[in-house]
Amino acid sequence: MDFIFDVVVVGGGHAGCEAAAAAARCGARTLLLTHKVETIGEMSCNPAIGGVGKGHLVREVDALDGIMARAADAAAIHVKMLNRSKGPAVRGPRAQADRRLYRAAVRGLLEAQDGLTILAAAAEGIETAPDRGVVAVVTGDGRRIACGALVVTTGTFLRGEIHIGETRIPAGRVGDAPAVGLALAFERLGLPLARLKTGTPPRLDGRTIAWGELEAQPGDDPPEPLSWMTERITNRQVVCGITTTTPETHAVIRANLHHSAVYGGRIQGVGPRYCPSIEDKVVRFADRERHQVFLEPEGLDDDTVYPNGISTSLPEDVQAAMIASMPGLQRARIVRPGYAIEYDHVDPRALSPSLEVRAVPRLFLAGQINGTTGYEEAAAQGLMAGLNAAQRASGGAPDRVLTRGEAYIGVLADDLTLHGVSEPYRMLTARAEHRLVLRADNAGLRLTGKGIAWGCVGPARSARHRAFAAALADALARARSDGTTPAALAAAGIAVNQDGKRRSVLEVLALPGIDAPAVDGVFPWLRDLAPALRAQLEAEALYAPYLRRQEAEMRLLEREERMPIPDHLDFGAVPGLSSEMRQRLTAARPATLGSAGRLPGITPAAIAALAVALRRDGVRST
Amino acid sequence: MTAADTIFALASGGGRGAIAVLRVSGAESRGIIARLAGGLPTARMASLRWLRDPTTGDALDQALVLWFPGPKSYTGEDSAELHLHGGPAVIAAVGGALAALGARPAEAGEFTRRAFLNGRLDLTAAEGIADLIAAETEAQRRQALRQADGALAKLYGAWSERLTRLLAHQEAAIEFAEDDLPTDLGDRARDGAATLRAEIVAHLADGGRGERLREGVLVAILGAPNAGKSSLLNALAGRDAAIVSARAGTTRDVVEVRLALAGVPVTLADTAGLREAADEIEQEGIRRAHRRAEEADLVLAVFAADTAPDAETLAWVTPGAVVLANKVDLAPAPGKIGGVAPLPVSARTGAGLEALRTRLEAEARRLAGAADAAVLTRPRHRAALTEASAWLAEAETALLPELASEALRAALRALGRLTGRVGVEDVLDVIFRDFCIGK
Repeated sequence: MDFIFDVVVVGGGHAGCEAAAAAARCGARTLLLTHKVETIGEMSCNPAIGGVGKGHLVREVDALDGIMARAADAAAIHVKMLNRSKGPAVRGPRAQADRRLYRAAVRGLLEAQDGLTILAAAAEGIETAPDRGVVAVVTGDGRRIACGALVVTTGTFLRGEIHIGETRIPAGRVGDAPAVGLALAFERLGLPLARLKTGTPPRLDGRTIAWGELEAQPGDDPPEPLSWMTERITNRQVVCGITTTTPETHAVIRANLHHSAVYGGRIQGVGPRYCPSIEDKVVRFADRERHQVFLEPEGLDDDTVYPNGISTSLPEDVQAAMIASMPGLQRARIVRPGYAIEYDHVDPRALSPSLEVRAVPRLFLAGQINGTTGYEEAAAQGLMAGLNAAQRASGGAPDRVLTRGEAYIGVLADDLTLHGVSEPYRMLTARAEHRLVLRADNAGLRLTGKGIAWGCVGPARSARHRAFAAALADALARARSDGTTPAALAAAGIAVNQDGKRRSVLEVLALPGIDAPAVDGVFPWLRDLAPALRAQLEAEALYAPYLRRQEAEMRLLEREERMPIPDHLDFGAVPGLSSEMRQRLTAARPATLGSAGRLPGITPAAIAALAVALRRDGVRST
Repeated sequence: MTAADTIFALASGGGRGAIAVLRVSGAESRGIIARLAGGLPTARMASLRWLRDPTTGDALDQALVLWFPGPKSYTGEDSAELHLHGGPAVIAAVGGALAALGARPAEAGEFTRRAFLNGRLDLTAAEGIADLIAAETEAQRRQALRQADGALAKLYGAWSERLTRLLAHQEAAIEFAEDDLPTDLGDRARDGAATLRAEIVAHLADGGRGERLREGVLVAILGAPNAGKSSLLNALAGRDAAIVSARAGTTRDVVEVRLALAGVPVTLADTAGLREAADEIEQEGIRRAHRRAEEADLVLAVFAADTAPDAETLAWVTPGAVVLANKVDLAPAPGKIGGVAPLPVSARTGAGLEALRTRLEAEARRLAGAADAAVLTRPRHRAALTEASAWLAEAETALLPELASEALRAALRALGRLTGRVGVEDVLDVIFRDFCIGK
């Protein structure tokens, strides 16, 4: 088959940009199709990247040499490490970005990428052949672009519809037309579609906010970069403000609930529970007198302010009354009203863990189209879809899949393709079984080696990774072998049982409430370690006793994870499965023995029966 | 279910008096067998040893002990076989000792799963294994249903709900640090864990008095009123255990008789006649009859030869059931009832009772293995509860919120082995119900 592009990516959002960049890094000739080149890398909602769980994803995307973290660092104007008082496993880096700088950084990174072409055109149709799957994508202006694999990342654009009070506007984002042709193409391909909704708050003119009356929230100093390749953040840092809703705000909302698109019954799609509209908060938590609102500047040369916490689909005049009832915002002017948006998504259970549509080879889906929410979740899927699309186009099997034990990316893909979604899916650290291992601080150690093997990591990061991994191995070996007596520790002011037992450096670092300078006094070589190395030693010391206990369990899970269930396996013909188990397995079509075990309602007995069948199947086919 | 665990299960078993084989597998097998059998026997050689309770030193049984170091074993792990002098009491006692030494009763099919993962699954054995697993699971399910008996199931369910809530609050403090949440969520989870642990420990110390453990095979006698169920029970038991009268609806509750058939302990349960009852007490009796039939290992469906088969009893004529045509002294037995040829009997004259007894003995032998496996349900509960309380203790003293959370998760996993798995979505449901999230 002859085509100019190996991989075509539709959509220039966070999933699409990551997908295009990843495919091109793997050497695929890649085309990025987008409605408008100007909105590449647009942050449609809040101007922040990262957080707890989401920050973990960003670091993992970065570890595979993705672009999101680097772009966010280039645009960062307020940076905070969330959960700093807790342990390293649940610390989440978060950066607020200058919206314009972020777009520019993403565009710059894409333009600098070899083998990547950007074209402004709408994708309207997908051409398939029965024995091959996707053959070409057809644009709105009638061009037919043959390709080896297609990645569709249309976000909220699939039959998107904006609601502001009683007004409805067909749109993928404010000011941008929805994608209707692709929705029809998906229907023709028989993909299961469902409706979701999300929302965004009104934007305010920062010059009309009485900042002096508000509590200020500065970022961290110095700000810690998101990307491992960023030396330091150089932008001027801004300060955010905090205000709250008032009983008056709530009265305004209650009096106008029937005008809200959601409460008026004009929206059927399910919204995210962790990002409720202010209407929802007021109704569901009626006893609360106030809700926090964070005022986040959208840029250095931009007066727009994002009031985080009050997304709404109330009419414009009600939004104005609502804003005017909050401290510091009495005279604030609304630049653009908030809105709710309803859109189509594809049930992600139609995808394999590589994010390829099972029924349509060479078609990959990533981002909000799969029922997720958030830039980070989109970027993570885009990256993986891009890697697998490049594999597919080059004639290989799309097998670039991370497991739940390896990465949050693996948790994300597994949750989506195995369980589907009942609301827009957001990453949370609670979703990971191996939370103590999957840290934001060790994403590179976990994944960069794999990325190098996959060919998606550039030489600069490769060299850095190898040097760091080697230095860490040395430091860990030294921290395990070097040690001292309880008496010597006591002499240095470190409280420890005087049992005469020698303690290794790692054991000393694991002592509760340990004083870093005191430890350095006993083991001076620790002082010379790079801070990143030292952080790894400390995390290792802290979690080692727990990880040892989980290790055996993880090993078994990994083995079950590597046990594939062939696509053609007929669960109806597996002896020893009850009809209920057969139905559940047939509906979910788990890709591995491990994922079968995570299906709700599947019994250990069913897994054993399945294991027996796989063993026999395996022998027969050899 | 933790892979690192050392597990045990009944690998075979007859009725009382026969030999029962307990199989043990996992990393800790070596130490456990050494302590239980007073030293590790030579590998792959049958050695006669006294098994002793690890805490009291009491002799439990004189058994043949076989030690199979991994990887040359059925599962590929270190494992052992204990050939016991059968009988539920011995099996339960040795099972209890194994649990006290840190092993845990296996889930159905868990041995097979390990054997598979270690590449040790014997192919000829594999053919029959699926059926065995299904039978084991079914026996455990029935046993659970019997034991649940309301109270215990409710207690465990309530603990599981409380633990889910504790975990949800701890998780909320981790995930939504920026939201306006109460600042003492961690402390509250800690206090909650302490209270819950105290309750579980008290329950364990109770000596399991609340756990009514039934042994052997349960047979339920079902049929329309006056089909002669009670007369049959009395004829089989050889004494007047059930009140027999000609008035329909005499047996209003469930009458049980224990007897030994082919050396297997069998509980025969006579039930109230199945019919539309006007009487409230009789209705309750019929409800219990249905419940007993669901719990039973075997259903005896009794029809009167002189009456047309009733729909209520016909519903219980399934492939496994034994179908009887009683009162053949009054009318000839029909050729088929519900597609099954009935055994013709007369409880009054004794005709056909010998054939029925023979059939029941065969069924009892067949079912005894599964029933003995189910005896391990009690150590299973204790193991799960002990593990849950150990993790709760860890949650109380954890230095960091994520470590407290890990411990609570592990406790919930252990409890989930009794109540059903609690997934992350259940935890998230509680978070979003209890807190206003979304800054």
